[in-house]
Amino acid sequence: MSTRMFGSGIKRREDPRLITGKAKYTDDIKLPGTLHMAVVRSPHAHANIKGIDTSAAEAMPGVVAVYTGEAMNLPIPTGALIPDCNLITPEHPSLAKEKVRYVGDGVAIVLAENRYQAQDAADVVKVDYEVLGAIINPEDATKDGAPQLFDDVPNNVAFRWLMGGAENQEASNKVFEAADVVVKERIVQQRLQPTTMEPRAALAQWNAATEEMTLWVTTQNPHIHRVLLSGIIGVPEHKLRIIAPEVGGGFGAKIDLYPDEALACWASLQTGRPVKWTETRSENYVAMTHGRDHVEYVELAATKDGKVTGIRSTVYAGMGAYLTTFGAGIPTILHALIYCGVYAFENAFADVIGAFTSATPVEAYRGAGRPEATFLVERLMDKMANALDMDPTELRRKNLIPKFEDGYAAPTGVTYDSGDYEPALDKVLEMAGYSDFRKEQEEARKNGKYLGIGVTTYTEICGLGPSEVNGAIGFQAGGWESSIIRMSPTGKAQVLIGVSPHGQGGATSFAQIFSDGTGIPMDDIEVVHGDTNTTPMGWGTYGSRNAAVGGAALAGAITKFKDKAKVMAAHMLEAAVEDIEYEDGQLYVKGSPDNAKAIQEIVLMSHLGWDMPAGAEPSFEVSNFYNPPNFVYPFGAHIAIVEIDAETGTVELKRYLAVDDCGHQINPMIVAGQIHGGLAQGIGQALCEGSIYDDNGQLLTGSMMDYAVPRADMFPNFELDHTVTPSPHQPLGIKGVGETGTIASTPTVYNAVMDALKPLSVESVDMPLTPYRVWEAIQNASNGGSA
Amino acid sequence: MWPKEFDYVRASSVDDAIQQTSDNTDAKILAGGHSLLPAMKLRLSEPGKLVDISRLADLKGISANGTLSIGAMSTHAEIAASADVQQYCASLATACGMVGDHQVRNFGTLGGNIAHADPASDPPTVLVAAGATIHIKRSRGERSVSAEDFFIDLFTTDLEDGEVITRIEVPNLSGHKAAYVKMPHPASRYAIVGVAVILEMDGDTCKSARVAVGGATVSAMRASGAESALSGSSLDDAALNAAASAVQSDISDALMGDVSYPESYRQAMSGVYLKRAVKAALG
Ligand SMILES: Cc1cc2nc3c(=O)[nH]c(=O)nc-3n(C[C@H](O)[C@H](O)[C@H](O)COP(=O)(O)OP(=O)(O)OC[C@H]3O[C@@H](n4cnc5c(N)ncnc54)[C@H](O)[C@@H]3O)c2cc1C
Repeated sequence: MSTRMFGSGIKRREDPRLITGKAKYTDDIKLPGTLHMAVVRSPHAHANIKGIDTSAAEAMPGVVAVYTGEAMNLPIPTGALIPDCNLITPEHPSLAKEKVRYVGDGVAIVLAENRYQAQDAADVVKVDYEVLGAIINPEDATKDGAPQLFDDVPNNVAFRWLMGGAENQEASNKVFEAADVVVKERIVQQRLQPTTMEPRAALAQWNAATEEMTLWVTTQNPHIHRVLLSGIIGVPEHKLRIIAPEVGGGFGAKIDLYPDEALACWASLQTGRPVKWTETRSENYVAMTHGRDHVEYVELAATKDGKVTGIRSTVYAGMGAYLTTFGAGIPTILHALIYCGVYAFENAFADVIGAFTSATPVEAYRGAGRPEATFLVERLMDKMANALDMDPTELRRKNLIPKFEDGYAAPTGVTYDSGDYEPALDKVLEMAGYSDFRKEQEEARKNGKYLGIGVTTYTEICGLGPSEVNGAIGFQAGGWESSIIRMSPTGKAQVLIGVSPHGQGGATSFAQIFSDGTGIPMDDIEVVHGDTNTTPMGWGTYGSRNAAVGGAALAGAITKFKDKAKVMAAHMLEAAVEDIEYEDGQLYVKGSPDNAKAIQEIVLMSHLGWDMPAGAEPSFEVSNFYNPPNFVYPFGAHIAIVEIDAETGTVELKRYLAVDDCGHQINPMIVAGQIHGGLAQGIGQALCEGSIYDDNGQLLTGSMMDYAVPRADMFPNFELDHTVTPSPHQPLGIKGVGETGTIASTPTVYNAVMDALKPLSVESVDMPLTPYRVWEAIQNASNGGSA
Repeated sequence: MWPKEFDYVRASSVDDAIQQTSDNTDAKILAGGHSLLPAMKLRLSEPGKLVDISRLADLKGISANGTLSIGAMSTHAEIAASADVQQYCASLATACGMVGDHQVRNFGTLGGNIAHADPASDPPTVLVAAGATIHIKRSRGERSVSAEDFFIDLFTTDLEDGEVITRIEVPNLSGHKAAYVKMPHPASRYAIVGVAVILEMDGDTCKSARVAVGGATVSAMRASGAESALSGSSLDDAALNAAASAVQSDISDALMGDVSYPESYRQAMSGVYLKRAVKAALG
């Protein structure tokens, strides 16, 4: 091959079917005899169930059965059992029995011959509720007198986690006592509704003859689903098959095994018929997990010459009504461990209180914990720069960790893999014309125009993760990945992977890695994922681990593949294995490239097995299981330039520039796509997205009429560039990139808006920075606006 | 997503549609379906029968003969692209071009839009400012009503059961300076506030002004205080500021807000957008 496949920005092979509507999602799969399931959901945020009358529903046309929680025992497990924080994990039944705890909590299911009949019957299930008080704000939930959601969870505190324990808290206090300057902020990381293009769906088929259950489901991690579901419905794992067909986005909200999915399987077991459930968007917004939801009190300490010494926080993290799979791990491990960002702080401390609230449960949402952490670090850095009267980029530069190629031990206890932060900062400043901009800004201010700039330098922890770490932090899962390469006699490859891409372009980038490593043409490679019966055990796609961990597993498989090919080639060429070269799919004895055997010929001869080397196995298949020695730490520097219309409070994003370093890029176009999507969601949080509940716990942003998803016309053309700092431990030098855009962009845009509002004396506005909120802040600020 | 069961018929004529909906109070007219069907899918509306008028030729077409006549079943896209509309009342074309997205504009109709009377809609604001007339047919014959009297309250119009809007008549405003400006809601893109102005100019002086506000109010409504503040002025900053405060009092009894954009904000924005509308009208 003339050009290397690795590093080539080829088009995604999955896109034609996605764009032309030919792709098959769960709801597109039709099985004869299917029953349709509707879930009756609680209209109240917190209520006792006094009784449920299903008789009218049972009498409706087409209805086969109506079940309530009394009929079953299907508890949903918790995955992140974080130690040393008095974690309480109340039971989470698939259908509420005595109490409902959020609007959307399931109370009954209806099975009918079609979806319309199921809905008609669901509408007439009569539930007698005794309505109780609701509590939505996670800080208020912990106060005395707040409605108690569980009898055995005093003050609704699910856990309290001190990073590094009391000892670290003391160390932190010392750093803050010694500081010349301390800045503080109250930050609300508003609740977000992950808006996947495809809502959730499940199709369960129980085969009584073979005693096998198949579940087609919208999941990011079919193997985790199999483990969890097996325990709940009692079908052993070897009789349980989970298939993730095309999945239209997950963003963390499709990690969990949901009650609705367990219910569909259970219902299929009861009726012996396939059972399909597809939610509506309204249902999706109340019953699919939400993200973020912190109330934070944060502080930063520094010397008067701008050496930042410590960071600390008290965080009230809303868990919603129940603990989700990763729920408790997000505001703790995935959040506070990155409190030092790219800076050489001496100390970082976090006091995190997880609070149950009467709202939709909270789970990972793109970035999961790291956007919240990066936001508070970067917000405080800007506040500190203001307090010290320093340029915010200079304060950052002064505190950057110097370049390191193989390990930096952060005070948070984690070891960053590699970093070279200043070049990324320099690059983005140059792209933006930072110093010229400051002049322009000053001029504009004189003319009553409010321009602002925000600069963020960040790193994040991803590529989850070393399995030993998972064990130590109570994550009930491994962190390794897997890959099997299965060659057919004619030299076609199936690459079977344990991760489960659902929009990230994995079928393209994994094929690129494989083609690059073996010389097998792209057209001869099929990447297979998302089916527990065909793919090796693996832990799925989240935490930017697809390429970082899954790619490493494939890299190891390629090494085994080549070793195996070399043994066969040495035999065929009558040479020593050590003398065989493998280049562009040709194997030859060093120095004699003209007398080469093509890999396809080697594969064919291995399949025929007529003449195998001693001890070699016939056929051609290799497998590799890879446990990462560390996480990966992508980093970068972003800039946003905004203009505020002070009359209306509208924020116009004029430019957005991002220099990201995710190590070597497999496919720069896919990398750019991941960054674009991440930026959109991160900027969405800054400017328009946010769940709003009323005091009764009703979700007021329950439809797209009220919940503002970011749209393309909000954005300028993103200006992207990159630096390349390979991970020292990842075999391909890759770092993850799925979440970086979300992680860096929220504070970048927020800081830009605050910079613009500086002359109007506005210091803080809760996100999202909607026109109304910005306008109101301008009105309230001392020297007012012109509106 | 899953409406209640309903019957569907395609009306053979306007009279047929009138009869079918008069005989059966459970029946509803179906035009482009872009307000009615979403409501049915959410089970907020559960008609037993839909009478489809979208293909009736009598209700289609746009013509300009002294006044502009727009068939009720003209889509937003047709109106936005119509040369006649551009000539007689360009700001109506602007407003229809701002409705939703391509799909909505290709299906949604002006008749359906005004019959539905969503307070955050765009076209009603222009129709009120322009002094349009709504022509209605019923079993007892025909009647017409001014746009100003047609819109009564949230989702409430002068229309009665068994009546069908046949066409919307707009005076020839080609000699006027006019504009419609809108602050779109970030989620729905309907109007947080929409302001339409139609100015009759005499040199640099505004001889007369017609102003209407929507989005911020329970229905599209005239703003007479703002109209007098502008009329007779040279539309200088003082006049614009006076009109901006006047419009805020004009609408103060009819304000409407939501959880993200409360009444107070919409009221203030009516002033800002009034100024912007005048500036846009003057080009
Ligand atoms: C995603 C989306 C975004 C939108 N954004 C906007 C926006 O930004 N601005 C805006 O103004 N609108 C917006 N709309 C609404 C749009 O303008 C609708 O098309 C319009 O409100 C309804 O017109 P229709 O022809 O679809 O009516 P239908 O939905 O068919 O009918 C609506 C109602 O009017 C009645 N009706 C219809 N025609 C007649 C008639 N001739 N006589 C008597 N009664 C009749 C029906 O019985 C029904 O009650 C949006 C809609 C959608 C779905």
